[in-house]
Amino acid sequence: MHPALSVILLTTLLGVGQGLFLALYTGQLYSVARLLEHQDSQTFYAVGSALALAFLAAGLIASFFHLGHPERAWRSIACWRTSWLSREVIVLPLVMLLVFLYGLFHYLEWTTPLFTVAGTLPVDATLIIGALATLATFALFICTAMIYASIRFLQEWHSALTVINFTLLGGASGFMLAAAFSAFIGVHLVGFYATWAVILTLAALLTRGASLLRNHRLRPRSTLQSAIGVRHTTIRQIAQGAMGGSFNTREFFHHQPGRVIRMARAGFLVLVFPLPILLLGAAWGLSSEVLPLLAFLTQYLGLLIERWYFFVEARHPQNLYYQSIA
Amino acid sequence: MTQLALVIDLNVCVGCHACVTICKAWNTSGWAGPMTDQRPYDRDPTGTFFNRVQTFEVGTYPNTETVHFPKSCLHCEEPPCVPVCPTGASYKREEDGIVLVDYDKCIGCKYCSWACPYGAREIDEKQRVMKKCTLCVDRIYDQSLPEAERKPACVLACPTSARLFGDVHDPDSHVSVMIREEGGYPLMPEWGTKPANHYLPRRKTRLRIHEDELLRADNPLKKEGQLPAPSGDEQTLDDITSW
Repeated sequence: MHPALSVILLTTLLGVGQGLFLALYTGQLYSVARLLEHQDSQTFYAVGSALALAFLAAGLIASFFHLGHPERAWRSIACWRTSWLSREVIVLPLVMLLVFLYGLFHYLEWTTPLFTVAGTLPVDATLIIGALATLATFALFICTAMIYASIRFLQEWHSALTVINFTLLGGASGFMLAAAFSAFIGVHLVGFYATWAVILTLAALLTRGASLLRNHRLRPRSTLQSAIGVRHTTIRQIAQGAMGGSFNTREFFHHQPGRVIRMARAGFLVLVFPLPILLLGAAWGLSSEVLPLLAFLTQYLGLLIERWYFFVEARHPQNLYYQSIA
Repeated sequence: MTQLALVIDLNVCVGCHACVTICKAWNTSGWAGPMTDQRPYDRDPTGTFFNRVQTFEVGTYPNTETVHFPKSCLHCEEPPCVPVCPTGASYKREEDGIVLVDYDKCIGCKYCSWACPYGAREIDEKQRVMKKCTLCVDRIYDQSLPEAERKPACVLACPTSARLFGDVHDPDSHVSVMIREEGGYPLMPEWGTKPANHYLPRRKTRLRIHEDELLRADNPLKKEGQLPAPSGDEQTLDDITSW
C-alpha cells in the first residue's frame, strides 16, 4: 500500500493524545488510591489535558488531508452500523469532548467529592468524566485499528495484533510524553510514568515483533491464477491497460526499493523500542529534565517510520493485476 | 431477485480495447459528468477509467497463449466495498444488484478502493470522488432507446460479442446458460465476494482422430484402392435375405 502522510500522522498523533490522557487518568487513580502524591488540578491535569487535546486535534486536522471532499466529512457519521471508519469519526469527537471536559473541570477545580465510596474513596466529577473518557479512548483505539484490521484482503493487517499494536504503541508514546511533561513542569511523577512507558514499550515490542513474524510467514491467498482464472504455473502480464500508470498503481504500490524498506524496519525497531528506554534510563540516572522529552521525540519519530512500514508491508491482492506496464 | 451482470468470453476477446474506448466515450459524456484525465496528450498520460483491458501471456515460449482480459467492476453479490463506506455513498441496488457510487455523497476517502480485492474502483483525481463501472445504468433503462440498444455501451461495442449482458439470477437467461454450459467462473473466489460478473474460459475445438480411423481395420492386406465393383449377375445380399 502507498503510505499516505496524512494517515501516518493521523494514527500516530491520535495514539499520543489518547495515551497521554490515559496516563493523566492513571496518575489521578493512583493519587486517589493514595499510592502517589496529589497533583495540582490546574497546572498538571488541566495543562496535560490541553496537551492531549492538542494532539487529538492535530490528528483530526491531519485526517482531513486524506479526504477528497473534506467539506462533506460530516456525512461520514452515517454508516456507523457497518463501517469502522464511520465509527471512528463518531468516537474521535466524543473523546475530544470528554478530554476537554476532564481538563475543564480540573481547570475550574470542580473537584469537590460528589460522594464517597465505602467511606474512604472520594469520587468527584473529574473521576467520572475520566472513566467515561477512558472507555471512549479505548473505543477509539479499536475503531482506528479496525479500519485496517477489518479488511480481510490485506492479510498483513487482518489480525487482532493490529488492534493490540495500535493500542500499546499509542499508550507507550502517551506515557512517554507524560513522563516528559512531568519532567518539564517539575512534578515528581517522571519515574512513575517512565516505568509505565517502559512496560508498555516492551509489551508493544512483543506484539509488534509477533506481527512482523506473522507477516513474514504469510502466504498470499490470491494468486495470478485465481485473479484471472487461468490454471497454469507460468503466467506473465504483458499489458495492464494503461501506459502512464493509474490510480491502481499509485494507491496500492509503495514504489520503494527493498533496501529502503529494510532500513525503515531496522530504524523503527531501534527508534521505537530500545533507544527511548535507554534515554529514560539515562534520564533517571542523571535526573535530567530534557532526556524524557528526547525519549518521547525519538519514539514518536520511530512511530512515524513504524506506521510508514505498516502500510508498505501490506500487499493488496489487486496488485496482481498491475505487475507490468508493457 | 435480479442481478444484472456481464459475462466476458475470454475465448473470443481479441483485446481491441473497443469496450474501453466506448465506455470512456459514453460515461464521460453522461449525466454523471466527465471522467477526467491528467496529461492526456503528454508524457505519462493517466486518467479515470471504468474498464481496462489487460493482457497476459500464459506458458513458456513456444507454447504460449495470449489472454486478453477485460477488467471492470464485478458487481459482487457480497460487495466488500459497500459496508466500509462511511457515508453510504457506495451502495448496491436492491432491484438489479448494480453497485453504484453516489458522487454527491462521496468524500473521497478511498477506503472502498482498499476494500476491493480486484482494484475495480478508481478515484477521479479532478473531481476527487471514487468512480467505477455503473453497468451503464443510464442506458439500460432508457425508454427512448430502441430495446436492442438498452445494454451497456461496452456490450454493444464489442466486435466479437465477447461481452454478454443479462440477469445471472434467471436460470434461463442467455448469460446463465453460458455460465452453466461453457464453464463460466468468478474471479478470486477465495474471498467469498461472489462476483456477479463471470468469465468464460478459453475453449479449444479439437478434432480427435484415432489410429484405427487413419488405417482401415477391414483391409488386412494393406491393399489400398477401390473395391472391385460387383458384376451384374451376382446375387446381392438383398436377393438372399429378407433382413
